[in-house]
Amino acid sequence: MTDMGQLIEPVIPGLRRYANALVRDPAEADDLVQDCLERAVARWGQRRADGDTRSWLYAILHNLAVNRWRTLRRRGVMAPLEAVDPGSLSVAPAQEHGLARADVLRALDRLPDEYRGVILLVTVEALSYAEAARVLGVPLGTVMSRLSRGRARLASAMADDAPVRSHLRRVK
Amino acid sequence: MSADRPIGEDELHAYLDGVLDEGRQAAVRRYLDARPEERARLAAYRRQGEALREALAPVADQPLPAELNLNAILERRRRTLAARRRVAAAAAILCIGGLSGWFGRAAVAPPARGIDALGREAVDNHAVYASDTLRPVELASDQRATLIRWVSERLDAPVQAPDLQGAGYRFLGGRLVTTPNGPAALFVYEGASADRLTVMVRPMQIDRNRSMSERSYGALEGVTWSKDGLGFSVVAPRASTDLRPVAEQVRRQASFS
Repeated sequence: MTDMGQLIEPVIPGLRRYANALVRDPAEADDLVQDCLERAVARWGQRRADGDTRSWLYAILHNLAVNRWRTLRRRGVMAPLEAVDPGSLSVAPAQEHGLARADVLRALDRLPDEYRGVILLVTVEALSYAEAARVLGVPLGTVMSRLSRGRARLASAMADDAPVRSHLRRVK
Repeated sequence: MSADRPIGEDELHAYLDGVLDEGRQAAVRRYLDARPEERARLAAYRRQGEALREALAPVADQPLPAELNLNAILERRRRTLAARRRVAAAAAILCIGGLSGWFGRAAVAPPARGIDALGREAVDNHAVYASDTLRPVELASDQRATLIRWVSERLDAPVQAPDLQGAGYRFLGGRLVTTPNGPAALFVYEGASADRLTVMVRPMQIDRNRSMSERSYGALEGVTWSKDGLGFSVVAPRASTDLRPVAEQVRRQASFS
């Protein structure tokens, strides 16, 4: 039990961050993480003894998020990004830096799910490629190709936003 | 300087993510030095990563909400499991109640048809007729053949009145008696000190073959068994005699009848 606590607890902040980046609603993100932790506790005995706890936890969370997207899409209530209140974004665009942050998250939201997961796991959560492959349940080669295409797409999505930002700068 | 092995896209990402083999890092740097557009692409990726980390960092720095406290989750789970166990235990108790009600029904329900019922019936009849000094039997020993024919016909089974002279019991006679399970033959014997012993026989619908068992009923004692659908019970006052050998004699004679 203490063993379990020592292995799970350090991962929780990262799980929250990943959930927030994926679902972009703090309350729902925390619901996902809570769900993830409950499952982890319940299935603690079933995890592979040689597998590492961190990627196991991210995998549970990722699968919960994917299921949630599917449900939302079936119901057709996925809000278009433009309709999202900026206040609901995890970081308020309060300062110059904030604008860039909101931009990158907005650009990220426009990416297909398969690219978002890879980019976030590798870039933000600092998982190894092999760990990311375990979390996503795909071969290592798929992780690499998704990372390559995802980064390219994200870069071009951010470039598209750039004129808006420079326009705002000029006004200021 | 030997020509570098071609740089792969995977290697550029590995370089960016700081996981490229040390041996290949110099090659990638040379590759990028020679290609400004590739350098710009990787720089853009690097900025995008930094922007993402920066944008999402505050979430991880926030204090954990109470519902994400692992101890609270464990405690909730413990309570849920305990509640589930309680429900299971309650269900088990209900089940045990039901089962013991079922299996214990003989103890509270009217006499059943089995070997225990036979023993009780025999004791009841012994209590009524063996103590009768005026007319303990309907047909006395001198009408033995008539008695046997009569009870065998009524019981629809070949019944014999055992001869217990060897055990010290004189045959007085017998009668047809009533039990909750239909008619039974009751044979009455008298010992040397005028103590009475009875043998009761009736057909068994259940417990048709049961080994001998001895049981006390207050001041009386009974030995009961059944064989091939006929039940036998030998009853006498407790401690007046050792009932077992008498019962053995009854059984032996019945099986040769």
